Amino acid sequence: MSAHIHLDEASIQKQTTTLNLGPTHPATHGVFQNILEMDGERIVSAVPTVGYIHRAFEKIAERRPYYQITPLTDRLNYCSSPINNMGWHITVERLLGIKTPKRVDYLRVIIMELSRIADHLVCNSVIGVDTGALTSFVYVFEFREHIYEIFEAVCGSRLTTNIGRFGGFERNFPQEAFDKINKFLEAFPRGMKEFESLLTRNRIFMERTMGVGGISAERALNYSFTGPNLRAAGVDYDVRVAQPYSSYEDFDFNIPVGTTGDVYDRFLVRNQEIWESVSIIKQALEKIAALEAADPSQKEVFYAKEADKYHLPPKEDVYTKMEALIFHFKMVMGEIEVLPGEIYSAVEGGNGEVGYYLISDGGRTPYRLHFRRPCFIYYQAYPEIVKGSLLSDAVVTMSSLNLIAGELDA
Amino acid sequence: MTHEQIIETLEAAFAGQLSDCDTAHGISSITIPAAANLKVLQFLYDSEDLQFRFLTDLTAVHYPNRTNEELCVVYHLHSLYLNKRLRVKLYVPVAAPKVFTASKLFSGANWMERETFDFFGVEFVGHPNLKRILNVDEMDYFPMRKEYPMEDPTRIDKDDEMFGRGGTIC
Repeated sequence: MSAHIHLDEASIQKQTTTLNLGPTHPATHGVFQNILEMDGERIVSAVPTVGYIHRAFEKIAERRPYYQITPLTDRLNYCSSPINNMGWHITVERLLGIKTPKRVDYLRVIIMELSRIADHLVCNSVIGVDTGALTSFVYVFEFREHIYEIFEAVCGSRLTTNIGRFGGFERNFPQEAFDKINKFLEAFPRGMKEFESLLTRNRIFMERTMGVGGISAERALNYSFTGPNLRAAGVDYDVRVAQPYSSYEDFDFNIPVGTTGDVYDRFLVRNQEIWESVSIIKQALEKIAALEAADPSQKEVFYAKEADKYHLPPKEDVYTKMEALIFHFKMVMGEIEVLPGEIYSAVEGGNGEVGYYLISDGGRTPYRLHFRRPCFIYYQAYPEIVKGSLLSDAVVTMSSLNLIAGELDA
Repeated sequence: MTHEQIIETLEAAFAGQLSDCDTAHGISSITIPAAANLKVLQFLYDSEDLQFRFLTDLTAVHYPNRTNEELCVVYHLHSLYLNKRLRVKLYVPVAAPKVFTASKLFSGANWMERETFDFFGVEFVGHPNLKRILNVDEMDYFPMRKEYPMEDPTRIDKDDEMFGRGGTIC
């Protein structure tokens, strides 16, 4: 191992101190390692090392039938797995030319916005933890739990959800899920206000986060930042608006932007996005109610009929009908082929633009699948952002960037 | 500006150098000679009408059957001004996969190029720190190339010949 340690010349001359932060440090929230050159409390340079939990998802995907790739996407940004799942489904649907019914789109929007709220809650409350305010973290985790209960009602699992199928969902939402969504929408605003009242105008929190870890809009764009980190720097780029998917064009919502791109701005942008997500979920529920009022048969629409070939038949049919049994077998054995083609499709994930570059040669598995993982791309700006700042500020900056180790290392 | 106009603008600037221009699934795709990559990227960046100043993604694809152009490097650019995406491809031989680095133009290309080098062995000439990023430094091959099967080829328990897919695992 000693062959890998290259001390800086200044460190050997005892002018600076080399400090190893991570990979399993309680303040890094995941496997992140940084070798810092410190001049007292100030950071002279930082060298991040990544790849500790690399699992070769792109290679694995070249051998898996399409529906078995959904669980791989769960494990990228595991704070908002449903967005990744649906991003992957939307990519394949676009390649196949499947148009999903409006009700499916709206149901997807509800799930995606719920996971965005969960993602932002984790990130923002952890900024509080890193500045020494543990209380707010405990307050909002109750609501993250409620969101996970909704996922559980829809698909049976909580964290790595594997939610939905090509063309829609594997089964219709049970009434329990809608009840839980309504209960959440009723209780959450109060909790969120409480959370904001603990931090947003808190003098200590403001002084710890304002002017810390800032990046200009120009540098952020040059570093290919996306998501809340880019918007905090003042660029109003959001995939949901720029290139809408899943009928986002039907919704009325704002894109909050910041000015300085510092930790405080990122915090504010995320908080504001949570409120926008709440409003989007309410709109989606109204739209679904309107669809069902106009045509009661809409209540049973939960996947696109034209995606039949890629959608497991209902279990009772599998047991009683020959065709359904054959289809079930073919699908589970991964013998369903996908048309040749090449596509890049992106969705707005919890921490930025999650993109899927898929090349199909017509076989049962992708010829090549590349994930655009937003935090892998913006983490490279970390040394530039923390240069010259205090060690304690570097920790806050790291958590405010919403780095997720699973996504970083793929 | 439509996708067709973007391609026309590029064809006017780089006459005879573009090939395989097409638009599918809402994104235009062009193929350029490997040596011209920086010229094209710089033109796309500087052009006031196009302003492709956002590098969304950079990766590579391995086509073992394309003699002398086995590796394909793919740039996904985004013009926030036009709200259009553009895919720029170039092919290099696997024996000498040399491509000029775009990291001077886009800071974000630094790690994307390191990842591409790590998995495909594409050498980005002029890159400030071209070393492995996700894999261990000791690794002496490029794992995303097609000649490396995902699983151990000597295993027979996973041989799925009986499912009609042939006996090889790759």
